[in-house]
Amino acid sequence: MLFLDHIWLIPLFPAFGAALMFFFGRRLQKATVNAVCVGAVVIAFLFACFTVVEYTRYAHGTGHPFEKIVYTWLGTGDGHLDFTRRDGTPAPIHVDAGFLLDPLSSIWLLFVTGVGMLIHIYSTGYMAHEGGYYRFFGYLNLFMFSMLTLILANNYMLLFVGWEGVGLCSYLLIGFYFHRKSASTAANKAFIVNRIGDAGFILGALTLSWYLGSFRFTDINALVRSGHFMIGDPVLSIAALLLFVGACGKSAQLPLYVWLPDAMEGPTPVSALIHAATMVTAGVYMVARSNAVFVLAPTAMKTVAIVGALTAVFAASIGLVQNDIKRVLAYSTVSQLGYMFLALGVGAFAAGVFHVFTHAFFKALLFLGSGSVIHAMSGEQDMRNMGDLRSRIPTTHWTMWVATLAIAGIFPFAGFFSKDEILWQTWASEGGAYRILWFVGYGTALMTAFYMFRLMYLTFYSPSRMSHEAEHHVHESPKSMTVPLVILAICSIGAGWLSWPHSLGGSARFEKFLEPVFAREAVVLVEEGKSAQLAAGEKEAEHTDSTEYLLMFLSLLAAGAGFAMARGYYLNAGKDFVEPIAAKAPPLYTVLSNKWFVDEGYDYVFTGRRKLGKVRLGVMGAGEASSWFDAQVIDAVVNDAGWVTRIVARVSSWSDKWIVDGVGVNGPAIVARLLSYPARLLEWGLVQWYALVMIAGLLGFGVYYVWK
Amino acid sequence: MVPITTLHYLVVAAALFVLGVIGVLTRRNVVIVLMSIELILNAVNLNLVAFSHMWGNLHGQMFAIFIVVDAAAEAAAGLGILIAFFRNKETINVDEIDLLKW
Repeated sequence: MLFLDHIWLIPLFPAFGAALMFFFGRRLQKATVNAVCVGAVVIAFLFACFTVVEYTRYAHGTGHPFEKIVYTWLGTGDGHLDFTRRDGTPAPIHVDAGFLLDPLSSIWLLFVTGVGMLIHIYSTGYMAHEGGYYRFFGYLNLFMFSMLTLILANNYMLLFVGWEGVGLCSYLLIGFYFHRKSASTAANKAFIVNRIGDAGFILGALTLSWYLGSFRFTDINALVRSGHFMIGDPVLSIAALLLFVGACGKSAQLPLYVWLPDAMEGPTPVSALIHAATMVTAGVYMVARSNAVFVLAPTAMKTVAIVGALTAVFAASIGLVQNDIKRVLAYSTVSQLGYMFLALGVGAFAAGVFHVFTHAFFKALLFLGSGSVIHAMSGEQDMRNMGDLRSRIPTTHWTMWVATLAIAGIFPFAGFFSKDEILWQTWASEGGAYRILWFVGYGTALMTAFYMFRLMYLTFYSPSRMSHEAEHHVHESPKSMTVPLVILAICSIGAGWLSWPHSLGGSARFEKFLEPVFAREAVVLVEEGKSAQLAAGEKEAEHTDSTEYLLMFLSLLAAGAGFAMARGYYLNAGKDFVEPIAAKAPPLYTVLSNKWFVDEGYDYVFTGRRKLGKVRLGVMGAGEASSWFDAQVIDAVVNDAGWVTRIVARVSSWSDKWIVDGVGVNGPAIVARLLSYPARLLEWGLVQWYALVMIAGLLGFGVYYVWK
Repeated sequence: MVPITTLHYLVVAAALFVLGVIGVLTRRNVVIVLMSIELILNAVNLNLVAFSHMWGNLHGQMFAIFIVVDAAAEAAAGLGILIAFFRNKETINVDEIDLLKW
């Protein structure tokens, strides 16, 4: 148990590399940077291999998860947190730095470290002439650390730490050439759109913990599968939908996919690692991890399936007319991620995970190959300026062919098995709506084949449209770049064989390995006649082998049709070739090449930069309108109340001055003063006046007595 | 010849009295006012003496001597006040003695 007990070391190897780059990177030689950073990932990969081998021995095929808790940060065991569930029962809530290894995370662990290792090696060749070498590898290692934390986490909170970490590294790496405005803008866009998803994730995780009383996956799975909850439980449905919003942000589904095509501003190894093989699969991983919750929420599952299918076809339609080689691959990634979510949504969790696995190989190969092409073309990325490269860069050429055949789903390459499994499971699901989804998936497969072969023909086969200087410099990439391409090509062929379907005589080992994770024995209370069978993740076999063969044949037919059409249009695409869609349906071409005007739509609605005259549009405009309403209308009431108060005050003060003071106070005073005038006469101060008054009085008395 | 009766004395005394009152009321000079007051008192004296002669006893005359003493004391007091006032105000115009006014 040597390796399992030290599983926490796996993320720390690249973390050490990142830390070293952070502190000392500037002073180090390129060779030292290579040794430390690439070495860290190689060691992580080897460690991971040994760990998984040990795990298989530990689990003996039961799929029992291995959990190792290193440190409990927040927990009732330490007496810090007392939590009561919604239904009143006390719950031991823990947030810890813990690691969980089960079949699901072992698969992710292996391909993340494996593909990561190959991309690190590739980058030593690709970034050899770029500035900021140590910074690049530091960020790449930081990314590996975050991704490994995400995969190996045993609870939602630690997963979120990794989740945020990969988002941060995505921002740092997309904006690697930060001197370019377009690059820094794209980095901002990626991070901001991601953040919207993160809000959903956090709300979902907190809802689950409030309802179930734990963050840990083991506890949640045990509780949810105990039969305590009914299918369609509203709180679980809401939690599942919120988690899916998080997945949409991270894994670029409708409507939060807009950051991924712009993310091509970053260096090509970044696009390969983060936006093809690893980071974007984090959403799929999280939903697969939460499969117990999703299974109990049919509404959420249907939403996942529909969003996945729509994304797949939507992105594929845009990919048909892109001219930048990396953009085609970016939209292809969005489209393939849609397939994965379609699989998860119809309950075929293992098929979805399998597609993630094969996709990692052939998409990484496609991106690295395109990087090799760009390197050969001295930085040219527009396919309209390429052509006739097959003889000049042979290794790149044949490895790209392998990847293209894989993604188009041609037997016996990897993509055939995984894509076909998804389409089969979609068809076999109960309900007519699923047939529609199959049809959407089928159309997408056709478009995928078309645009991928278009890419191949425009880049490698058609008559050269290169500028003269570029043509002179075309050269094959160094070994450090071509060797990973070859390794990935081998994987793209062989990876599919790990899950050779039963109908073709195989044992579907991959899916069997994953079976315990997506437990079939989910028991739920019978509600409205829904049987436990339907509640289980996988749909039971009501199909016949012949239907499956028919669907396989149809898939191959679609791939073949795509190949034929692309070859027909693009094999001889000369200097000023016209896109067939542009020739036949110009308005459609305008819509597609402008990406269905989604970015413009978001700009109008959300960014608040657009104005109609003086009125701001969109959500910000609504905000401004509300604030105008508040200031003018609502505050007007307040202001009028104040005005009324002031008027009343003025009347009151007038009445106080004139009536109260005038009449009440001054009145008596004036009366008193008036009365005083006669009284004053008594006190003139003139003696003779006094004497006169005396005499007058006397005379008065005298007259009175005489007449009496 | 008309015989002189008590009435004639009374009339003369009344006339002196009225002159005295007029003098008190209308004269500006304070000294003249004091002299007028003396005139009033002497008119009263004459009245008293006439009545003494009429009744044939001495009551009237005795009272008249009291009044003479009283007049003398009053004149002394009045002149004393006048001099004290004059020292303050430098005037003997009665119109200007109005410090006790409102």
